[in-house]
Amino acid sequence: MKPALTAAAAAAALLAACADQSGDVRSASGEPRPARHVPPEDPYPSTYRPYASVPTAIIGATIFDGEGGRIDNGTIVMAGGRIEAVGGPETLVPEGAVRIDGAGRWITPGIIDTHSHLGDYPSPGAEAHSDGNEVTSPVRPEVWAEHSVWPQDPGFSRALANGGVTTLQVLPGSANLFGGRGVTLRNVPARTMQQMRFPGAPRGLKMACGENPKRVYGGRNQMPQTRMGNVALMRQTWQRAIEYRDRRAREPNSARDLALDTLVEVLDGDILVHNHCYRADEMAIMLDMAREFGFRIASFHHAVEAYKIADLLRDDGACASMWADWWGFKMEAYDAVNENIPLVHNAGACAIVHSDDANGIQRLNQEAAKALADGRRMGIDISDAVAWRWLSYNPARALGVAEETGSLRAGKRADVVLWNGDPFSVYTRPQQVWIDGALLYDMNDPTRRPVSDFELGQPGEGDVK
Amino acid sequence: MTAQPASVPVRAEPVEARSLLSGLIERMRKALRQAQGERKKGMVAALLLLLAAPAAAQTIAITGGRVVIGDGTAPIDGGTVVIRDGRVVAAGPGVAVPAGATLVDASGKWVTPGIVAGFSRIGLIEVDAVSATNDTQAQASPFSAALDIAPAINPQASAIAINRAAGVTRAVVAPVAARSIFAGQGAIIDLGGDMEPITRARAFQFIELGEAGSRHAGGSRVSAHALLRNALREAGQLRFPISGGGGSERPTRPDIPQLEDTPDFRMFEPRNPRPEDVLLTRFDAAALVPVVQGRQLLLVHVERASDILQTLALKREFPRLRLVLVGASEGWRVADRIAAAGVPVIANALTDLPGSFEQLAATQSNIGRMRAAEVDVGIGMINDDEARNIRVSTQYAGNLVALTRVPGHTGLDWNEAFAAISSGPAEAIGMGGEIGSLRPGRRADVVIWDGDPLELATAVEAVWIDGVRQSLENRQTRLRERYRVPREGALPHAYDR
Repeated sequence: MKPALTAAAAAAALLAACADQSGDVRSASGEPRPARHVPPEDPYPSTYRPYASVPTAIIGATIFDGEGGRIDNGTIVMAGGRIEAVGGPETLVPEGAVRIDGAGRWITPGIIDTHSHLGDYPSPGAEAHSDGNEVTSPVRPEVWAEHSVWPQDPGFSRALANGGVTTLQVLPGSANLFGGRGVTLRNVPARTMQQMRFPGAPRGLKMACGENPKRVYGGRNQMPQTRMGNVALMRQTWQRAIEYRDRRAREPNSARDLALDTLVEVLDGDILVHNHCYRADEMAIMLDMAREFGFRIASFHHAVEAYKIADLLRDDGACASMWADWWGFKMEAYDAVNENIPLVHNAGACAIVHSDDANGIQRLNQEAAKALADGRRMGIDISDAVAWRWLSYNPARALGVAEETGSLRAGKRADVVLWNGDPFSVYTRPQQVWIDGALLYDMNDPTRRPVSDFELGQPGEGDVK
Repeated sequence: MTAQPASVPVRAEPVEARSLLSGLIERMRKALRQAQGERKKGMVAALLLLLAAPAAAQTIAITGGRVVIGDGTAPIDGGTVVIRDGRVVAAGPGVAVPAGATLVDASGKWVTPGIVAGFSRIGLIEVDAVSATNDTQAQASPFSAALDIAPAINPQASAIAINRAAGVTRAVVAPVAARSIFAGQGAIIDLGGDMEPITRARAFQFIELGEAGSRHAGGSRVSAHALLRNALREAGQLRFPISGGGGSERPTRPDIPQLEDTPDFRMFEPRNPRPEDVLLTRFDAAALVPVVQGRQLLLVHVERASDILQTLALKREFPRLRLVLVGASEGWRVADRIAAAGVPVIANALTDLPGSFEQLAATQSNIGRMRAAEVDVGIGMINDDEARNIRVSTQYAGNLVALTRVPGHTGLDWNEAFAAISSGPAEAIGMGGEIGSLRPGRRADVVIWDGDPLELATAVEAVWIDGVRQSLENRQTRLRERYRVPREGALPHAYDR
C-alpha cells in the first residue's frame, strides 16, 4: 500500500513541473506579462482543522490497538490531537490531563468505513437528494463523489454516536464501470465538504464489475450489455488513459480530459482503485486487468465470493471489503457465506468490514463480531484484538491513511472510541468518541451530540437516535 | 407445516394428498427393502416405527438448560421443556420427565421458543433481482385486496433454511403493494424443512396508508383515505354471506376439511348483482368483507405520528376493524393514544434516520418508549432485508437491551426484548395461543442455543418446528465447507461434496 500523503506530494511535484512549463509569469527581459491563471494543485482542498482538545487519559481499560495488539488494564494518553502514549498501568499520565476511568470498558481506534454513500445518498432519501450515480454513461471517471456530499446528512451523526466511525470513504454508486472519484472524510459535522476532507488522503476511483453496469446500460441497448462488454469497455478506457498520458507528456499544452486525468492519477499511483465486484471469477479478471494496464486495486468491495479466491487476493495484496451476512438480493450475491471475512483473513489476505449502508455503518463492530464467531465455529482461531484490524487498520491501509489513523500508535491522530463494554457484544455502545483528540460524542452529555441543520426544529430534534 | 392429528386429512386436495402420501410410503418401503437386503436390523426397526406413528407423536424432554418461555418472564435455570405430538406439554422448573420420553441434554445451553419474525417477505423470493423468483408484488395484476400470498410461498426457498438455521421458526409474511393501497392478504408460515409451510393463510390484509399509500392512491394521502373508505363501504354493501378469510374462521361447507389452509371461498361465490358505480372488483370487495366484519386483521403500514392517529381514527367509522400498526417509526410520539386504542404495533427495531419525511422523529428508543406506555409491540423487518435476513431479529432485540445502558434512551430489558421477537409478534397477529412461547399447548417450536440468544457470538444448536427436529444445513453451510481451503486439491472443488 502506498503511504499516506503521497498524493499531495505528487501533486506538489506536478505543480512544480507545471510552473516550469507555463507558470513563468515574467518574460526573459523581466517585464511582467498578463497574469495567467494557474489552477491549484489540489482543487477543493481540505480545510479540515482538528477541533479543540484537552489532554486526556483513559485509564484501566481493555485496549485493542487496531493492529492486533491487546492491552489489559491499559492506559491511553491523548494530547494536542495526537496519541501520546498507549501502554499498561505504568503509562505516565501528564499533569493536568483529564482522567477517565476505563475500568470495565474498551478502547479501540475509531472505526473506518471504506464504503459509504453518506452525503451522496443522504437522509431523507428524496429524489432531490439522489446524488450518488451519474447514470449518463458507463464511463464517468470525471465525476467526484465529494461534489455531491451534503454535509447536513443526519447519517453522519448516527455513524459517529452509534457506530464509533471516525473516518469514512464516500464513493459514487455502482451503476457505471467507472463511477468517479471517492473521497475520504473525517466524520465531523461541518458546513462544507472541504471541512470534512481528510487532509492528504488519496482519492479513490470507484469501479464496478458485474450486474449493475450491464443491467443499467444493457437496458438502454447500449454497451455494456454483458460481462464481456464490461471488460471490453474498461480495457478500452484504460488504453485511452495510457495514450492520453503519453500525449500529455509529449504535448503538455494539449487539451485536458478531466475523465482521463482521473485514470492517469490512478496509473501514477496517486488515486486508489476501489472495485465493486461480487463474484470470484470477476475479481480474478480484474486482477489481471490491473496487471495488463499497470494499476493496483486497493480493495474489492462487497466481494461476496472473496472466500473462493482468498489465496489470489493474498498473493496480489488486494483487500476485500465485505459484509458479514448480506446475501441473495441478486445473482452475484447468491453464494454468500457467513464465514467470508474470517476465511479471507485466514488465507492471509486483507479483510475489511464495510457497510455501504446508513444503518449498517452504525453497527460495523457487531458485523465483525458475527463474522468472527462464525469463523471460530469452523475452526478459524482469531483473537478479538486481531479481528479489530478488519475495522480500522486494514481499512486505513486500503484508503492510504494508515500512517495517520487506524491504530493506536503514538504520534497518530487521536481517533479513539471508548466503549461502555466489550465492543463485540450486542449490549455495548460507544461511550465517548474523539476525533483528533476532540471529544465529539459523549453519551452522558447531550451537548456533545451533533444535530444536523436538517433536524433542527423538527420532531425529535436533539433526541437520542 | 401442519402437525395435525392422524385422523384429520392432511391436505385440502385429496388426490394430491393421496399421491404424496403413497409416494412417501413407497419411498419408505423401498428403504425397508434395501435395509432388509443389507440386514440392517436396527434400521428396519426404526423405519417400522416411523411407519407406525407420525414423527411428531414422540415425546421429547429437553432438560438442564436455561429455559426462556418467551412471554416476558425471566429465564429459568435448569428448566425442562416437554413436547409431545408437536405441542408444548410443559416448560419450566420442576417439570416431570414423562416415562419413555426421548431425552435431550441442554445443560449449559439456552432453550427458547423459536423466533417469530413479526413482518417479513420470506418464502416469496429466491433472488430479488430475478423477477421470475420474486412473488412479492404484481404490478400488472387486476386484483389487489383479493391477492393471497399463500400459494406462492416456497418452503424450499434458500432463505427458509438459512433463517431456520439461525433459530427463526415462524414468520408473518406480507405482500408488497403494487397498484393499490391494498397489498393483499398475508400469511403466517413456519420455516420447517417440509412442503407444508402455511400455519395460517389469509391471516391479515396489508395496506399502505403513509407515503407509499399516497403513491399507490394516485398521489396523496387524501386519495388513500378516500380509497380505503370507499373500499370498506363497497365490501360492506356485498349483501351475501361470505365465508372463509381471517384464517381462524372455519369454512362453512361441510365437504371441505377443517384446516387452517383452506381455499378462499370468497373467490368462488359470484352471486348477486352489484351496483355499476363500484371501483373494486368483486373479488377485491369480497376479500375485504372479513376485514370490515373484524374477522381478519388489518395490518396498516404507517410511520408518521399523524398517520398513526388517522389510522386509529378509522375505528370510529368502522368499529369492528381489528387493526395492527406496521412500522410506526414515530409511534413513541403518540404512544398513549396507541395504547388507549388497544392496537398492537409491529415495528422496526433500529430505525433511527429520517429516511423519509414520515420518519423525522425516528429513534431506536421508539419500541422502548411504546412499551413503557404499555403498547403491545413486536419487532418486524419492515422493508429491511425482510426476505432473506429475518435472522438478525435476535441482534436487533439485543440492541434494544443495549439502549438501557445509554442515558436518554429507552430500551427493553432482556425478557421484554426476547418477547419482542417471540410472543410479541405472535400476540400482535392474534396467534399467541399457537406460537411464540413455550407455554403449554403451543406449537413445539423450540431452539437450543449455545449461549445468550441475543448475543452476537451465539449459535443455534438444534431446532424443532411442530415438534419435528430440523436440519440446520443449507447452501451457505455447504459452500463454506467446500471452500474451507480455497485452492483446489487433487480434483476441482466441483467434486467436493
